[in-house]
Amino acid sequence: MSQTSQQQPIDYNLKVVRQFTVMTIIWGIIGMALGVFIAAELIWPDLSLHLPYLTYSRLRPLHTNAVIFAFGTSALFATSYYVVQKTCQVRLFSDKLAAFTFWGWQAVIVAAVITLPLGITSSKEYAELEWPIDILIAVVWIAYALVFFATIVKRRTSHIYVANWFYGGFIVTIALLHIGNSLAVPVSFTKSYSMYSGAVDAMMQWWYGHNAVGFLLTAGFLGMMYYFVPKQAERPVYSYRLSVVHFWALISLYIWAGPHHLHYTALPDWTQSVGMVMSVILFVPSWGGMINGIMTLSGAWHKLRTDPILRFLIVSLSFYGMSTFEGPMMAIKSVNALSHYTDWTIGHVHSGALGWVAMISIGAMYFLVPRLFNQERLYSTRLVNVHFWLHTIGVVLYIVAMWISGVMQGLMWRATNSDGTLTYSFVESVEASYPFWFVRFVGGVFIVTGMLIMAYNCYKTIRAGQRASAAVSHDVKTA
Amino acid sequence: MDYGTWRGVFTIIILVLFIALVIWAFSKRQRKSFDEAANSIFEENESSLNNRSDDQQESKKHE
Ligand code: HEM
Ligand code: HEM
Repeated sequence: MSQTSQQQPIDYNLKVVRQFTVMTIIWGIIGMALGVFIAAELIWPDLSLHLPYLTYSRLRPLHTNAVIFAFGTSALFATSYYVVQKTCQVRLFSDKLAAFTFWGWQAVIVAAVITLPLGITSSKEYAELEWPIDILIAVVWIAYALVFFATIVKRRTSHIYVANWFYGGFIVTIALLHIGNSLAVPVSFTKSYSMYSGAVDAMMQWWYGHNAVGFLLTAGFLGMMYYFVPKQAERPVYSYRLSVVHFWALISLYIWAGPHHLHYTALPDWTQSVGMVMSVILFVPSWGGMINGIMTLSGAWHKLRTDPILRFLIVSLSFYGMSTFEGPMMAIKSVNALSHYTDWTIGHVHSGALGWVAMISIGAMYFLVPRLFNQERLYSTRLVNVHFWLHTIGVVLYIVAMWISGVMQGLMWRATNSDGTLTYSFVESVEASYPFWFVRFVGGVFIVTGMLIMAYNCYKTIRAGQRASAAVSHDVKTA
Repeated sequence: MDYGTWRGVFTIIILVLFIALVIWAFSKRQRKSFDEAANSIFEENESSLNNRSDDQQESKKHE
């Protein structure tokens, strides 16, 4: 196949990978700390200090933007740039453009950090940023697509490894979704109105919203899975042919599932039913992918006992399996009638977000940091283990609390007396939720503590790497 | 063709394409190239990525 192994070493562009890797960790801490803060605000509302900038309503979108677009997307940038170079055995196309995507993306995030607390928002969930920032996102994203696909075009291998298919699908679809959903009429520099109106606007929004889940939070991270799980396990993926079917099945189904966010709304009934059916079918490729990832370890299960990085990667897949079992179930209209608007949805979101997205990213970052900074291994594997347990316990606390409070809320809201009046007022359901919100807060503190340990561990690794390379250059000079 | 019929035809086209894809992916002919692809991530051509591989490059040069 590839004839390159006897040739010159390839001079990969690792600078941009390093930059995105470090920012992934930093944004992860900030985004999750914001999550803990808003979780605390639900229990102690006075934490906002009665400042408009610190209210729950303004910080909640900042949390979602920080974890999805700053933390998650930086992880996707870092790993996709790394994986595409390694599997294509060629340097990234255009250092300048790659650097532009790094600085451009950081600018987008900083703009979000400034505008959202100021209350500048388009009020579309996961697409809150106003039109000037939307334009910047579109420009950066097109540059990203250019760098990624031009690198694939100039590859030195004959085959395009499956991870790149998933990354490529994610990049193209996010461009389409973002540009399609963000079309708006500006009325001033900080305010615009969507091109769409009424039910069409809602449909566009959740076509976007669901596929942001499907292509950013799923397909992109599946690309990560198909490279880092086999690498860390030191064995090829369980079934390559299944991965090919997985890719096409997943991308052709996800696009249709958006209406499950709009059950029992003004959306035409048949559209809701299509969304429901497609969501239920989506279970099959999702679990196909999960099994493919987990079975990669078959015959080498013992590695899980000694390797906490592998444990992060594999446990992330089991959370992926959990949320893609739960999701299709919640997409069934009668189940959704109970779960919608309750904490159950929030539990589902975070079993996907903290269990799947965060854990696979953390595993990939632990894999990358020593390799990017001239070290054989991390500063401390024991600390990775501590992080693993803190994170796992935190996630379990979070989602179990949300399941219970979610079902409780749903049941309380629908309970009626024999004369048809509601048994509980809304405030009673809020009051009943406090203990569970407190458990979530505690879970969040566990998770952020784990992230801080990760930052320390990675900092020590990076410093050791710098000292080692300084020593080498010193030796060279004195020799 | 009205819209409903067109959707039906479209669904059948997608179904046929999908079955063709599965047959293709699981055919014997694909096996070898897929095995190679799956293993391709392990044949790394290390750059100045880390000291260890630098040393390997060095020792190759000295040979
Ligand atoms: C320490 C970790 C975290 C904590 C404590 C936390 C907490 C929260 C809280 C309190 C909410 C608002 C829930 C509500 O409105 O009732 C929320 C929403 C959300 N969080 Fe997190 N979060 C954390 C990590 C993450 C991560 C890592 C991600 C994504 C990768 C994420 C994605 C989201 C999303 C998408 C929503 C909106 C859910 C919806 O609208 O249904 N969170 N989070
Ligand atoms: C087969 C896969 C999946 C299906 C069918 C599915 C289905 C659903 C359903 C039915 C809802 C509730 C909608 C509502 O009542 O408002 C939902 C919400 C959500 N899901 Fe999933 N889900 C899947 C996988 C995932 C994964 C892997 C993630 C990853 C992080 C995720 C993230 C979310 C988010 C962020 C929301 C909240 C959206 C909002 O703001 O309201 N889902 N999903």
